[in-house]
Amino acid sequence: MRVGIPKERFAGERRVATTPDVAVQLQKLGYEVGLEQDAGVAANFSNQSYVDAGVQLYSDRQSLYADCDIILKVRAPDELEVDLLRRGQTIVAFFWPAQNPELLATLAKKDVTALSMDSIPRISRAQKMDALSSMANIGGYRAIVEAAQHFGRFFTGQITAAGKIPPAKVMVIGAGVAGLAAIGAAKSMGAIVRAFDTRPEVKEQVESMDAEFLELDYEEDDDGAGEGGYAKVMSKAFIEAEMALFAEQAREVDIIVTTALIPGKPAPRLITAAMVESMKDGSVIVDLAAEQGGNCELTQANEVHHVHGVSIIGYTDLPSRLATQSSQLYATNLRHLLNDMTPEKDGNLLVDFEDEVVRGATITKDGGTTWPPPPPRLSAAQPPAQTATTVEAPVPEKKRSAWGPLIAAVGGTAALLAMGNVAPADFMAHFTVFVLACFVGYMVIWNVTPALHTPLMSVTNAISSIIVIGALLQIDSADTLVMWMAAVAVLITSINIVGGFAVTQRMLRMFQK
Amino acid sequence: MTPGIVTAAYIVSTILFILALGGLSNQETARRGNAYGIAGMILALIATLTGIVTDNHEIVLVALVIGGLVGLLAARKVQMTQMPELVAILHSLVGAAAVLVGYANFMDHGLVISGAAKTIHDIETYLGVLIGAVTFSGSVIAFGKLSGRIGGKPMIFPGRHIFNLGLLLGAIVLGKMFVEQSAAGSGLEALIIMTVIALVFGVHMVMAIGGADMPVVVSMLNSYSGWAAAATGFMLNNDLLIVTGALVGSSGAILSYIMCRAMNRKFFAVIAGGFGTSGGTTVAEAEQGEVIPILAADTAELLLNAREVMIIPGYGMAVAQAQHTVFEITKALRDKGVNVRFGIHPVAGRMPGHMNVLLAEAKVPYDIVFEMDEINEDFPDIDVSVVIGANDIVNPAALEVPDSPIAGMPVLEVWHGKTTVVLKRSMATGYAGVQNPLFFKDNTRMLFGDAKETLDEVLSNLR
Repeated sequence: MRVGIPKERFAGERRVATTPDVAVQLQKLGYEVGLEQDAGVAANFSNQSYVDAGVQLYSDRQSLYADCDIILKVRAPDELEVDLLRRGQTIVAFFWPAQNPELLATLAKKDVTALSMDSIPRISRAQKMDALSSMANIGGYRAIVEAAQHFGRFFTGQITAAGKIPPAKVMVIGAGVAGLAAIGAAKSMGAIVRAFDTRPEVKEQVESMDAEFLELDYEEDDDGAGEGGYAKVMSKAFIEAEMALFAEQAREVDIIVTTALIPGKPAPRLITAAMVESMKDGSVIVDLAAEQGGNCELTQANEVHHVHGVSIIGYTDLPSRLATQSSQLYATNLRHLLNDMTPEKDGNLLVDFEDEVVRGATITKDGGTTWPPPPPRLSAAQPPAQTATTVEAPVPEKKRSAWGPLIAAVGGTAALLAMGNVAPADFMAHFTVFVLACFVGYMVIWNVTPALHTPLMSVTNAISSIIVIGALLQIDSADTLVMWMAAVAVLITSINIVGGFAVTQRMLRMFQK
Repeated sequence: MTPGIVTAAYIVSTILFILALGGLSNQETARRGNAYGIAGMILALIATLTGIVTDNHEIVLVALVIGGLVGLLAARKVQMTQMPELVAILHSLVGAAAVLVGYANFMDHGLVISGAAKTIHDIETYLGVLIGAVTFSGSVIAFGKLSGRIGGKPMIFPGRHIFNLGLLLGAIVLGKMFVEQSAAGSGLEALIIMTVIALVFGVHMVMAIGGADMPVVVSMLNSYSGWAAAATGFMLNNDLLIVTGALVGSSGAILSYIMCRAMNRKFFAVIAGGFGTSGGTTVAEAEQGEVIPILAADTAELLLNAREVMIIPGYGMAVAQAQHTVFEITKALRDKGVNVRFGIHPVAGRMPGHMNVLLAEAKVPYDIVFEMDEINEDFPDIDVSVVIGANDIVNPAALEVPDSPIAGMPVLEVWHGKTTVVLKRSMATGYAGVQNPLFFKDNTRMLFGDAKETLDEVLSNLR
C-alpha cells in the first residue's frame, strides 16, 4: 500500500505528517511513501531530503490523493481535501470528532476509514502514539519561549555590578503534559516556578521538577482525577478556594501559564479581568486553552492582547511554531500507530477492532460512524485507588525476642561445661584453640572488602589444604595401604595448595586502580 | 628438628595465615597477604617434612611436584569466568583429602589410646570423614552445575526432607556403632557405610539447589572444607590444622551469611533447596504495559549524551564474556568525560565477588567499582544505567510487591535513574522465576541480543 503525505492547507500550519527519517521506517514496514511537493519545507525538511529517503514526490495534490491508499495529515481535511478522498481510502489526522460531527458524517458517506490521533485511548500501551501528549509537551515549552519574548526582564536572578536582578516568578496552572513541560522550561531558564493542579497526585511530579506545588486550604472527599488521567469539573466550594488562591498569586507572580482543560467542555475560566488588572505591569499570561475559549477572561484566540499593562498570549498554534520538532514527534506517533496496524510488516494496513487502541482511534469505517468508541475495558483503566494502596504496604517487622540470644548463651555455656566434664584435658586445650580461632576468623573476615570475596575463597581454599600435614604425619606408616592413602592425599592437596595460591595471585594482580 | 621447633614453626605459620586473610581487607595489601599465606604454607611443610616425617620422603616429593604442577597448570589456564568451577573442584579435593587422612588415621594402629580419649578420637575421626565426604561429593556436583555439565535447575524429589532426615539419623546410628566397634578393634564397615551415606547426602543437597543460589553453596562448601580440616586437626591433635580449619570455616560461614542476607533468604531455606520452583506465590500479573526496545546505535548516543553512567553487570555478562567490551566502552566514555561507574550486587554472578574479578580481569580500575550499599542512593543522579545480563538483582518487585518470592531482597534501584538500558537475550524471567516490572517502566529501554555482540555494536557506534 502507498502512504501519501499532502501539504497542510490550514493557514499558518507549518507541520508535516512525516519526516524523511520516519519515511525510511515506514518503508521498512512495507509501505511505499509519497509526498506532495514542498509539504515539509515549512518544517525545514527539503524535498531533496525526502527523495534521498526513498520518497516519491508528487507535484500536485490531486494525483497524490488518487495514487495513495493511506493519507497521513496533521489537521483534519477541509472541504477541498474531503472531495479528493475516495472510497476505501484511509486517513489519519487530528479530527476532534466531538466538535466536527458533519465532517464525520461526510467521511462515513464517502466510505472513508478515518483514524483520529486525538482519540487514541490513554493507556500505557498507546503512550508511544499519544500525539496529544507530544504536541502538549511542545506547546508547554513554546509557551515559556513566547512568554520570555514578551516579558521585559530576565527569568533568572542575578547580582550584577549594575544592581540586583530578581528572578521571575512563574505560575503554571494545570500540571498535565503541557504544564510540566512549561515548568521544566521555566525552571531551566532560572525562574521561580509554582504550579497548581486539581489532581493532588501530580504534586509529586511537580516537586520532582523542583517547582513548588500550590495547595488549597480546602478539603474535599473526592480528588480531581477524572477518567483517563484528565481533570474533571470541581465543586463550587472548591472553585471558590481555587479562585482565591489565583487572585492572591496574580498579585505576586510575573508570568502565568494556564493549561487547564476538561475534555469535551469549554475551558474553565480561572483568571478573571480583576486578577489581570491586579498583576504588575509588564506581566505576561500565556493561555494554552485559548482554542477552547481560554482560561483567562480577557484572552483573544490567536493573538497577543495587551490590557492593563499585561500581555495575554492566546496563540493556538504553539506546536506549529516549533514545526521541525513537532513534525518529528507527530510523525513518530503515526509511525507507531501504523507499526501496530501492520502486524505482518508487509505494507498492508489492518483496521483490527479487537485492538483497543485502533478501535478507539477509528471514527469512521465501512460507511458508518464508529465514534464514540465503547468505554475502555476495565483491565486497561487503572483505578487511581489501586495505585494509592499498592504503594503503602508496610511489611510487619518481626520483633526479635530478647530471650533467644539469652537461651542460646545459657544453653551454649551448659553444653561447654558438660563437655568439659567428660572430655580429657588434652581435648579441652585443643578446643580452646579452636574456639579462639573461630573468633579470630570472624573478626578478620568481616574486614575483607566484598570486592575481594572471590580471592578470599581461593586463598582460604589454599590454606585449608594445610590438611596435607595430616597426610604427612601418616606417610611414614609401616602399613603400605595407609602409606599410599597418605601419598594420594598429599598429591591432591598439593594440587590445591599450588593451584589455590597461584590463582589467587593471578586474580590479585588484576586488581588495579 | 626438635618437636619444640616444629611447634614454633606451626605458630609462625598460623600467624602468617591470619595475616594472609587480614591482608584481603583492601586491594593494596591483598597481594602481600597472599605472599604471607604462601610463606606460612611452605614453612609448615618444611617443618613437618624435616621434623616429623621419618621415611618415604621421595614419595612425598614426587606427589608434591606432580600435584603442584597440576595445580599450577589449572591456575594458569582457568578463564576468569570459570573461577566458580575451579574453586568448587578445589574444595572437593580438600574434602577428599580429609576422607583419606581420616581413613589412614583409623587404619594406622600405631597410636594406642583408650577410654574417653579413644571415644573422643573416634568421634573426631568419624566427623572428619563425614564432613570431608559431604564436602567432596557436594563440591563435585557444584562443579558440574557451575560448568554446565549438570543442568542448573534444582532437582527435587518428593519427600526429600524425610530422605535427608533419614540419612542424618543413619549417620548418627552408624556413628554410635562405629565408636562401639572401634573400641573392640573393628568398625571399618560402619565407617565405609557412613562415607557412602555422606556422599549421597552431599550429592542430594547440592542437586536440589538452583543456579541463583550457587554463591551460597560455593561459600558453604568453602566453610565445610575448613571444618573438615579442623576435625582432622582434632583427630591428629594438631593445633595448626585446628586453627587454620577454624579460620577457613568461619570465613565460609560469614560469606554464606552475607550472600543469604543479600537475597533476604534464610540459610536453611537455601540449603533445603528448590528456590524458584516453589510456585504457590504466583503473583497475579497486572497489565505490565509494553517494553520499549532500543537499538545499539541509539544506546551509544544515549551514553554519549549522559554525564553519569552506571553499569550493573550480572551473570549474563560472564556468560557472554563481555567484560572486555564493557571495559572498552567504559574507557571510550571516560575519555569523553562521562563519569562511568559500576554497581555490584553481592549475589551477582555465581560466587561472592565474581563480578569484581571479571571486571578486574578486563582491567577496569577497582576504584570505579562500587558495592550496592555504596551507590544505591546515587541513582537519582544517574543519567543512564546499563544492566548487563542481570535480572532479579534490579527487580523493583522485591521492594514493591510484598508477596513476591523475592520480596525484601535488597536490590539496585536503577529505576530511580533517568534512563535504564537493559541488555537481555529475551524476555525470560530470572532465576527466581519472577517477572521484572523494571522492563516495563517508562524510562527503561530494552536492548535485545547477545550481550557481547550488542555491546560490540554499541562500542563501534561510540567511536
